[in-house]
Amino acid sequence: MKTLSVSDRLFFLITVFLAGYQIVNGIDGFDFWTTLFLTVAFGVLLLAALLLFLFGFEILENKLVVVVATLAPLSLSAALIFAFLPRYKMVYALFAGLGFLGIVFTQFKAPGKIPVLFLAPVHAVAGLIIFLLPLIRSFEGKAPKSFALVGVGGALMGLGGLLLAFLKSGAPILPKKTIFSVFPLLLALTTALFVLGF
Amino acid sequence: MKSVLVKKIKHKLKLYWPLIKSLQTGLLLITGFTGYISARCPVLNIAQVLGLLGSLFLTISGSTILNMVYDRDIDARMERTRKRPLPAGKVKPAEALVAGLVVSVIGLLWAFSLSIMFGLVVFAGLFIDVVIYTIWLKRKTAWSIIWGGISGGMPILAGRVLGLGHIDSIGILLALAILLWIPTHILTFSIRYQDDYRRAGVPTFPSTYGIAGTQRIIAMSSIGAALAIGMGIYALGLSWGYLRLLSVLTVGLVGLSLISMYRPSDRVNFGLFKYASLFMLGSMMMVVFGAMP
Repeated sequence: MKTLSVSDRLFFLITVFLAGYQIVNGIDGFDFWTTLFLTVAFGVLLLAALLLFLFGFEILENKLVVVVATLAPLSLSAALIFAFLPRYKMVYALFAGLGFLGIVFTQFKAPGKIPVLFLAPVHAVAGLIIFLLPLIRSFEGKAPKSFALVGVGGALMGLGGLLLAFLKSGAPILPKKTIFSVFPLLLALTTALFVLGF
Repeated sequence: MKSVLVKKIKHKLKLYWPLIKSLQTGLLLITGFTGYISARCPVLNIAQVLGLLGSLFLTISGSTILNMVYDRDIDARMERTRKRPLPAGKVKPAEALVAGLVVSVIGLLWAFSLSIMFGLVVFAGLFIDVVIYTIWLKRKTAWSIIWGGISGGMPILAGRVLGLGHIDSIGILLALAILLWIPTHILTFSIRYQDDYRRAGVPTFPSTYGIAGTQRIIAMSSIGAALAIGMGIYALGLSWGYLRLLSVLTVGLVGLSLISMYRPSDRVNFGLFKYASLFMLGSMMMVVFGAMP
């Protein structure tokens, strides 16, 4: 397992501070549920970076990581739906809730490839919302131009998620060492784009 | 002649620096400053801030030197501490005793000159640390760490007292948070260096209640510290943003504590210790930034 380098630790710390700043200063002005979902999303980013900083990459071996990592895209996409497409908020809340419970159940109880089959569509829907919604809102002029950065951050988050998901499934897209080398930078960059975008 | 004197002073400072445990003293100074800022007093009262930091630095350093003098026999028997200046024979005990007493007295006089109440709290911290914790209880019972914790909570209470003029419930909550955090530090070390402590004959939680029991106490103590600092920050009236951040950090702390309680291991236990230290540092930063005008 790759040990943490100084730059890895630095990127994790940057992520912690950026996410912490956003939780304190960057998510006021939304309704209760949107604020809660954004707090969970940035909270997961913060805790993930902090735990990686303290425990190293070995923590990624834990099954709980998949479950916790699901919370970030699901809660961020839910926040976007609640804030910008309120008509669909109940439907999406149901999808996110059931999707999360399904992922928890299949991760610990289902055999073989079933967990991945459940994980992939839930992540895909959440990822597409985070990627497309800010871009569309921004290009339509219904949100500031900088809001598009959230979409770019979503794409990076999706990339990181894909790299880790394929690595865990035993068919890595890139060598494990390369994935762990770029992951801290990817996490910091994703968080920075979210902070700049909101 | 002058250069010889400068060299001599430099040499002495180099010997005495490890005697004041600079990291621990620095952390306690941060808590003292946090307590002061939490009172929302004018931050730019430079003279008072300097007085606070200066008097605390001297009394904490003085009490640490006095502890080192008293515990030099224990330190000599422990692998981790046997190279410290006193057990290694680099500093004479009588000289260190005089230095510790002089530094402590100057610090106390400075503290009393700022405010009688502040001076009393600082004196209480020093007295509890040196007399009750180190001299009276440390070699008798593992529970002595409670008193070590109480003395560790005094700087933050003192800082708040200096800013406010009196003792209040928020100050006590902040001190309680430090008190509950300190066992995570001491007990983690007593697990890591349990052979050292056994050799030195110092009663510890691992030797009295076993490793698993100690890990549970560390976890419960961490949760208690989080609750106390949370209540303190809520009572201070910090913005919702800080409460949100504190909630997120608390979720992490409680999660790690539960893992440490139900699936204890050295790695998780040490990780919890490091997380709890960062949690406390983060909480102090939140109080400082949140209370600044």
